[in-house]
Formats: sequence, C-alpha cells, structure tokens
Amino acid sequence: MMLVVKNLKVSYGKIEAIKDVSFEVPDGKIVTLIGANGAGKTTTLRAISGLEKCAAGSIEFDGKNITNMEAHKLVPLGISHVPEGRKIFPTLTVRENLELAGWTLKDKKLIKERMEDVFEVFPRIKERANQLGGTLSGGEQQMLAVGRALVTGGKILLLDEPSMGLAPVLVDEIFHQIVEINKRGMTVLLVEQNAAEALDIADFAYVLEVGYTTISGTAKEIAEDPRVREAYLGV
Amino acid sequence: MGSIFNAQQIVNGLQVGSIYALIALGYTMVYGIVRLINFAHGDFFMIGAYAAYGSFFIFNSMLAGKHGSIAFLVLIVSMLAGGLIAMLANQLAYKPLRYKPKLSSLITAIGVSMFLEYFFSALPMIGPSYRSFPDIIPKVQISLGSATISNYVVIDIVVAAVLMIGLTFLVRKTALGKAMRAVSQDKDAARLMGIDIEKVIGFTFLIGGSFAGAAGLLAGMTYPRIFPYMGIQPGLKAFIAAVLGGIGNIPGAVLGAYIMGLAETFASAYNSLLGEGIAFAILIIVLLVRPRGLLGEKVADKI
Repeated sequence: MMLVVKNLKVSYGKIEAIKDVSFEVPDGKIVTLIGANGAGKTTTLRAISGLEKCAAGSIEFDGKNITNMEAHKLVPLGISHVPEGRKIFPTLTVRENLELAGWTLKDKKLIKERMEDVFEVFPRIKERANQLGGTLSGGEQQMLAVGRALVTGGKILLLDEPSMGLAPVLVDEIFHQIVEINKRGMTVLLVEQNAAEALDIADFAYVLEVGYTTISGTAKEIAEDPRVREAYLGV
Repeated sequence: MGSIFNAQQIVNGLQVGSIYALIALGYTMVYGIVRLINFAHGDFFMIGAYAAYGSFFIFNSMLAGKHGSIAFLVLIVSMLAGGLIAMLANQLAYKPLRYKPKLSSLITAIGVSMFLEYFFSALPMIGPSYRSFPDIIPKVQISLGSATISNYVVIDIVVAAVLMIGLTFLVRKTALGKAMRAVSQDKDAARLMGIDIEKVIGFTFLIGGSFAGAAGLLAGMTYPRIFPYMGIQPGLKAFIAAVLGGIGNIPGAVLGAYIMGLAETFASAYNSLLGEGIAFAILIIVLLVRPRGLLGEKVADKI
C-alpha cells in the first residue's frame, strides 16, 4: 500500500473537522475522496501532507509511519500536494514557481529536465514562463500547480479540487493530464466535489460525510451505488 | 529658506538616509515574512555599535595601523553580532508565538527591546553611560565644490549601497531569496515545496539584524557617542521610513529612508527641533493619506 490512513481525527480548536477517516491508496492507482463541502476532504489531505496536526489515528506512507511529521520533511519522502486554490506564488514568475518546486532536489540538471517535461505536458505554461504567477488564469494556475508537483516528482500526488472554478473544457484537459501522470507511475489521491468526473478516472473511491468515511469500493461500484447517485451525482 | 537646500545638506541627508535604510530594511523584511513589527530591531543596531566598539580595540591591538583591514573586520563583527542576536530573539521569543494572536508577539517584541536595553545597561563592561566611539579610520575632510564632506560620509553611503546591492542580488537571484519571497507570500505553499520555513525566517532575522549591526557601526563612527538606549530613536525613525515606503516592501524601505534622511536634514537646517519632529509628522501624514505607504500593496491590517 502506498498510503494507509487509519481512524484519523483532526481538530481546529474545539471543532473536529474530521472525526474518523480511514482509507487506503494502493500503489499506482487513482483513489478519489468525494463528498460535500465541509465533509473534511481538504483537511484530510492537509493532515497527510503535514499541514495539520492529527489529534488521533495514524498515517502510513510507503511503509513508514508519517503521522504528525513536518510538511517540509514529507516532500523529499515523496508526497506532492497540490493544494486547494492552487496556491501559486503570485509575485514569483512561472519559472521561479517551478524552480522552487525543486527545492528538495540536489541535482540541478534533474530540475531542468523535469521543467522541460512540464513545458511539454502544458505548452501554455511554457508560453507564460516569464510572467508572474498572479497574472495566470485559473486554468493556467492549475496547470502550474500540477507542474510544480511534477518537478517535485513525488511517489504520490495529492490533488485538492483541481476542477474548481474551471470551464468544462479545461476540466477535461486537467483530468486527462491526471490520468497521463498516473500512467507514468505516480499514485494519485484525488479530492473532488465534481464526483462524476472523479469517479470516471479513479480506480477506487471513498465517500466522506461530516468527518467520517462512510462508503467505499471500486470507483465503478461507487458510481452505481444508489446513495451516491442520489447525493453526489444528481441522478 | 532656499539656502537650506544646498549640496551640503543633500549629502548630509543621504548619509542619514543610508543609516536609516540599513535599519529600515530589517524592519520591512521581518514584517514581510512573519507580519511582525519587531520593535527590538533598533536594539540590534545598538548591539552592532557596541560590538564594533569592543572589537575595534582587539583588532587595533593586533593589526595596529592597518585601518582598512581593521575597519573591514569590525564591520563583519558588528554585522555578526546584530544578526546573531536577532536570530536568537526570533528563536527564543518570537518563534514560540508564531501561530498565536499577533498582539502577543508585538508585546513580546517591546519586551525583548526593553530587556536588551536594560540588560546591556546592567552589564559591567557596558554600563548605562555614554562612551565615546573611537575613530576607526582616520577622519579626512574632502571639499567638493560648495560642500565639504568627511570621508565618513562617503563610507556611510558606499557601505550602505554595497550591502543593499548585495541584498537585492540575494533576494532576486538566489534560491534562498526565492524561498524568502515564497515564504512571505504563502507559508503553506512554501512548506509544500519542501521549504523549512523556520530556517528561512531565521535567516531573514539574521540578514535584517546584520544590516542593523552594520548601521550601528556606521552611526557610531558618524556620531561618536554610544549608549544602551541609542537604538530607540533611529529604530523608531527607520520604522517610520519603512511605513512611509510601504512596510514589507524592500525598495520601499530604502526609498522611505532616504526621504526621511533628507527631510530631517533640511528641517534641522531650518530649525533643529523641527528636525526632531518631522519624522513623526511624516508618519501621521502617511497614515492619514496613504496608509499602505509609497510602494506598499493594499493590505487590510498591518499589525
């Protein structure tokens, strides 16, 4: 297993954002967490990448217990997190954004190669290489955010709402690229409100409801589950 | 009235402005990265002056007569002293409060400032009284047209300029500089890039404190009288300069400092009391007319 989350609990002060979340992400697969706003999807990802402290439970990554490790120490282990809202550095250029993503890599040539790779996957990003991050459109920012994760080059890619605020045609392109990235060997954990698109590309899925993982199965099973169809797919 | 705007005054203003600029940079960098007004910053300036004072006698006894080398070594020591104390203050006082309400660290900063002032006054080898600062380099007067300036003026302006060019290079071109900018913009995103933000913050304090330390040496040479409370006034004025330029903005701090230096010199030439007060008049006007400062971005709350 690439990632095993067991009975995870995270609180903000007295508010429990997630109460009991458990799921597994097998090597090389795409796993999606779907759920409504406030279900705890973002908090779950933030706890995995070390941005939030866990109040209880455990997180195991690649056979190693990483519960409550600091975020910057998890990056070199292979966790790449594309956060909610993309979090592009607005006054750094696109190129500088990508260069920073290689912060933990010692090999400068490798960073250059991976940047070339990103430019190939997202030609739009190459055109904008010398622009400030803050001047990009929402879709371009999402491409840059994914591009940064590719430069970091982890074993698992945590994606938080990559479709948020994007036009349908861009959503399709981003999801297409997620599948491509997965084919190249990166395991993907995808958090989405856009359940239909997410289930379409995922191998396994979990439903998060008010801080609990409630339903799980293969993406196909989940897509056909009547409860999911009613609540998340609008059928 | 026109007579006060002459070459002599402009040079004097630039000299004062250079010293303010070195201090203001630390205020603005620390604010930019942790949103803290570090009120102890003026005391790092004082520590730089005392470190220069003490180390001068040591180096002078070792390298008697080699003024250039002595001055260079004294500069390094004053920068190290200011920088290391700033880093220590961050580590011991500010870091534990990083994610607490901002008022806590602001009050702590005032506490750190008073601690440093009283502690240095109480140290037997420093004491509360004035000390006269030695001539680290022999003073020479140079006449330039209508103005007569001492070589100290040139040294102040040149040292400040070299340090500021170095800082610009660091922030704009190096990986560490990129990391500093990233941390100041978005801490979570910086952590997700694998950046140890506490290291970057510590480094920012080191640079800011070392610039204040260098300013302490230059001010000691220029106004050769040092005492444990000497950081309060220049610290306050450099803070106003940083606010004038737009706190958090590096070029803004430099611009604000030179404007302050010139305004103060011109006003003093007219009336010395006016010179003392003009900084505060500038602060009030900036806060009323353009609270974000000359080059600052619009931010909802600054403190």
